Amino acid sequence: MKASSDPRHPNGEARPSVLIRNVRILDPAAGADGVGCVGLRAGTIDFRGVRPPRAAYDETVDGKGLWLMPGAVDLCARMREPGHVHKATMQSESAAAAAAGIAAVCVPPDTRPVIDNAAVVNRVNRIAKAAGGTYVYMLGALTRGLEGQALSEMSALKQAGCVGVSNGLAPMANPLIARRALEYASSLGLTVHVVPLEASLANGGCAHEGAVATKLGLAPIPVAAEAMAMRQWISLVEDTGARVHFGRLSSARGVALLESALARGLPVSADVAAHQLFLTDADIDGFDAMAHVLPPLREAADRDALRAAVASGVIAAICSDHQPHEADAKIDPFPLTEPGISALETLLPLGLRLVHEKLLTPLQLAARLAQAPAAILGIRSGALQAGAAADLVLVDPQLRWRLDPAALLSRGRNTPFAGAAFSGRALRSFPGVR
Amino acid sequence: MNDTLQLGADGRLRHLLTTEGLPRALLVEILDHAERYAPAAAGGGPRGGVKKLPTLHGKTVVNLFFEASTRTRTTFELAAKRLSADVINLQVGASSTSKGETLLDTLKTLEAMQVDMFVIRHEASGAAHFFARHAAPGVAILNAGDGRHAHPTQALLDMFTIRRHKPDFSKLCVAIVGDALHSRVARSDIHALRTLGAAEIRVVAPRPLVPAGIETLGARVFNALEPGLDGADVVILLRLQKERMVGAFLPSTSEFHRDFGLTRERLARLKPDTLVMHPGPINRGVEIEGDVAYGDHSLILEQVENGIAVRMAVMAMILADAGDRESAMGNREGRGGVAQ
Repeated sequence: MKASSDPRHPNGEARPSVLIRNVRILDPAAGADGVGCVGLRAGTIDFRGVRPPRAAYDETVDGKGLWLMPGAVDLCARMREPGHVHKATMQSESAAAAAAGIAAVCVPPDTRPVIDNAAVVNRVNRIAKAAGGTYVYMLGALTRGLEGQALSEMSALKQAGCVGVSNGLAPMANPLIARRALEYASSLGLTVHVVPLEASLANGGCAHEGAVATKLGLAPIPVAAEAMAMRQWISLVEDTGARVHFGRLSSARGVALLESALARGLPVSADVAAHQLFLTDADIDGFDAMAHVLPPLREAADRDALRAAVASGVIAAICSDHQPHEADAKIDPFPLTEPGISALETLLPLGLRLVHEKLLTPLQLAARLAQAPAAILGIRSGALQAGAAADLVLVDPQLRWRLDPAALLSRGRNTPFAGAAFSGRALRSFPGVR
Repeated sequence: MNDTLQLGADGRLRHLLTTEGLPRALLVEILDHAERYAPAAAGGGPRGGVKKLPTLHGKTVVNLFFEASTRTRTTFELAAKRLSADVINLQVGASSTSKGETLLDTLKTLEAMQVDMFVIRHEASGAAHFFARHAAPGVAILNAGDGRHAHPTQALLDMFTIRRHKPDFSKLCVAIVGDALHSRVARSDIHALRTLGAAEIRVVAPRPLVPAGIETLGARVFNALEPGLDGADVVILLRLQKERMVGAFLPSTSEFHRDFGLTRERLARLKPDTLVMHPGPINRGVEIEGDVAYGDHSLILEQVENGIAVRMAVMAMILADAGDRESAMGNREGRGGVAQ
């Protein structure tokens, strides 16, 4: 139930070698799904085959009934450090991620200070390295201070290690600046990550515009807030050919816009937060602040369109959109609470639900959680052949458990899935050599 | 979900948070109680008499208002006083929150002073639910308006007022006119009217002031006044908040008055016994013409008067039932034992 007690070692040499026998190997890169044996030594795969090797290993694990797949790559997780350590720390969150089968997370630039210069990138890297646990990638700020006005020094950010740029949920001052930022990023080969939510239409709202928000008297966020933002960015992609990744889609109309852009061959991609595939605005009824998220939970038809898009691959990736909070952040009347879910530890279990519900095959799940997000970030993902460095996770797809918020490793206990029953979770993570 | 929070396991009223999901029998019981309280509410008749009832003697009611209000707070205060409760008025502005105290801290601090009921008004929708969820057992929450969500005693006094003039709701067409988007009164009225079986409930307003999906609550939407008022038995006008309307939602208040204001001429075209209501305070010359506000059809002042009786009924029912529960439980130690 725990992560490999030994987190990331610089060379992995201190780690005991492990042979996993008779395990179902999910290898989305090769499109292969079959039972076999995998040997791990010093963070590298040194054997893969149908029969066990002759070489000796420190430890042998019987993988019967278990899956071995690349560790998840989470496209959006807030670790809260630097700047919000009253909510969580890199230490707490990276341990939680590693234990939950997440090999790498990508942090959006809205830390405090904002990740808009190389010094902050280096600082986050230092904090992450000291914390161990999951590997931390970063998006740099698209504009200085995320103010939407002046381009950030994206070349320096890239040099320092940022895998993309984003303005997060902060609005751009106008479409002209958005276009120039997009052009500049693309000339550096950086993907621009966009959370499509037009701020003037969202208008400080906290719930999907519809019957539930009307009944509860909550300020509404119309679907047009997402659709209009997507249309604008897609128009700019049409002009420039630059790469845009849309994060956290929430609506059927957003899916339709993405689908048509993809059909026209535009260089766009998208992810969805796992909770959007299960919850709807009905879940905020009774003013449940745990289900207060941004973009908001929308209607059943939206959720179903998101699920269909994940099944077809139009939405290539599923992320956690992890936002751990201190308890007080959710103890207030609904509109005054902070949006977000502590979601690292439900990412894989909710993904497994999609498999149990026959929406995805196990191999497709591995692609949505690991292969596709790695490709979007342009990083390597756990490969499953001998000689490759490997970030792998051993999963028991049937293990039944119930979510107790107090038992979460994340410092944030804010989850709408408290008490929910799950089948399956990560048993053990094997961090690869870096 | 809502009704489990405001109703006790015995099906009685524990808090009053919303008219949504309030069982019809309970709603009618409140109105019937209010009828009995009406003479006391009016001060015991034209020339005095008994002004106070001993019902809530020894109980403490705190009016906790986070939003400025004089009218509503005053009627709650009078209602509690006429039932002999001790009343404390607290206007909580930004002061306590700027000191770093959370809403929960405010509630818990006041609770420690052995309060039996909080009458709460707050600008955030869901505030009353929040307080009810966190209140100690035996502490009742009475929602005096939370954001755009609910204002249940206003809806109950509206139903009480309508019932006195037109007792058969199944024959009624009620038109709610004006800013439904921001109105907690409109939402609470719609739930109550639906529970009482009103034949037709209408929301009449220009589209920017109609909240999405209001039809699912049981209202028919009209974007023009004449068809919206056609055949109406009751017209409930909503207050237009001029400051936030002009420019953003409407071109001008005079254009709103031109198209949606209730004038004498428009009233003359309705049924002769049409009732005109307004939760107040009115904007003369905006949603209503001055003459109409105090004309033959208007029940606006009656609403204010009835507000006291209805609030007395709600307070008495909640606290009397709470007392029954406590004695049934053997008069628990701690805060249960202090009253009386």
